[in-house]
Amino acid sequence: MNALLIYVVSGITIGATYALIGSGFVVVHRVTHVVNFTQGTLAVFGGLISYSLLSFSIPHGLAEVLAVLLTGLIGLVFAFVTIGKRGTPPLTALLITLGLSILSEGIFVTIWGQAPIAPEGLGGATVLLGASIENQRLLTAGISAIAFILLGIFFGRTYLGKGMTAAASNPRAAALVGIDSRRMGFIAFAIAGMLGGLAGVVTAPFSPISFSSDLPLALGGFAAAVFGGLSSPWLTVVGGLVLGISGQLVAGYFGGSYQTVAALVMLLVVMIARHKSLSAEEAK
Amino acid sequence: MLSITALSRSYGGVFAVRDVSLVVGQGELRGIIGPNGAGKSTLMNLISGQTQPLRGSIHFDGARLERIPTHRRARLGIAIVFQGARLFRGMTVLENVMVGATSITQSGAFAAALRLPAQRREEHHIRERAVAALARVGLSDWADRPADSLPLGQQRRVQVARALAGAPKLLLLDEPASGLRAAERRDLSDLIAQLHGEGMTIVLIEHDVAMVMKLATRIAVLDLGQVIADGTPEEVRSNQRVIDAYLGTEVSRAHS
Repeated sequence: MNALLIYVVSGITIGATYALIGSGFVVVHRVTHVVNFTQGTLAVFGGLISYSLLSFSIPHGLAEVLAVLLTGLIGLVFAFVTIGKRGTPPLTALLITLGLSILSEGIFVTIWGQAPIAPEGLGGATVLLGASIENQRLLTAGISAIAFILLGIFFGRTYLGKGMTAAASNPRAAALVGIDSRRMGFIAFAIAGMLGGLAGVVTAPFSPISFSSDLPLALGGFAAAVFGGLSSPWLTVVGGLVLGISGQLVAGYFGGSYQTVAALVMLLVVMIARHKSLSAEEAK
Repeated sequence: MLSITALSRSYGGVFAVRDVSLVVGQGELRGIIGPNGAGKSTLMNLISGQTQPLRGSIHFDGARLERIPTHRRARLGIAIVFQGARLFRGMTVLENVMVGATSITQSGAFAAALRLPAQRREEHHIRERAVAALARVGLSDWADRPADSLPLGQQRRVQVARALAGAPKLLLLDEPASGLRAAERRDLSDLIAQLHGEGMTIVLIEHDVAMVMKLATRIAVLDLGQVIADGTPEEVRSNQRVIDAYLGTEVSRAHS
């Protein structure tokens, strides 16, 4: 019972990470139809930057917030490179994001070296239903929940969010009413940067990251996003949680090496099952 | 207000629009008609910026339009209603119309994201404009319905309201009556006449010749990409080239 609870709780925190990264995929894809494979890279940036800021003895809280803002900025730079030229086809843009993520691995190694790094987080643990759970994991779940609520408010309630939704649903009509869809794409990339950065910042303390962490993070996030048809933020959260919890259960009962396999199997199953709805979405 | 000079555009060596010159004056309701393939849609795409001209120029309010991207043209005061510009799905009628007011927004993305007071005021202002635009097309009661749940005739009116919310100087209507039933056509026709009566400058491109004949102050007739006649409805109706080119029976029917 105790073990099960621990698996579930740690699954939720990992799932929250996937969901954060996945909603980065969703935000960018909704607005620009680009699958942004720098999403895992941005998470790595977030974790490593927060580590560096903390080592410059910038206080906790401020360092983490700064790291998230900086990854937002990096997301914006990626946007300029990826979709800065008007009329770049989404497939070309996807290849550019792959290139950027490979380039970034070089940057990681140059600046931070190859060893996994764990910035200092909330120490200690809380006893919950007889299981002792790291505080940082609880923080991750809480902060992710807040991020999703803010994201929901942004898209559902604000005028800018409406403009972005409009640009996504009908680019032609959006341009005709004066919406600059490229600018909306830039904003989407910046938001995705902050989401990815946030994922890296909150999880790095309990799950050390290195230059090569981008791919597993991107894969998990992508699987969650595919669960949401690359367009639904809420299903992405569900997908992330399912993936995180099932991954932890598999790792706990069958061994850690099966975890990635479980994620990939789920990705495949979802893609095959959702194939129809995905292509229908594209056709519209 | 809108002046098109020697505009040409070809696709694969075939001219869709060839040496078209047109002037639309302030407060005018200019009709553009022509048989299928006459170049009406290409002309509209050239004005809206979805296609670039091969030669020629488009002046609007003293600005040269050809090099300006589509979304900036909207900010200059050109609003367009056409079939391809469907409503935004997943939004209510009012939200659709509010998005139409984008072209008059001032505050940047940053202010909007942070919901600064200036931006809140602007949002309030936009909402009021959108409500007024909906009232103008007679859809106030439908404001909170999902936009795609409306019948086609109403959706077309929402498109008109969306265009009006941006306070345009020029309203381009590209086949606004297509797919509508007779009663819906009549309502739309009344709405266009009413907007024109309020001083709006309108360009109406339409398949329905009778509708254009009834509404327009001047009509240009396109055939095979060229303007073959340009004048009042009476002049166009009696123009032999127009009758020969395509209308014949339809014009005389519209006359009776």
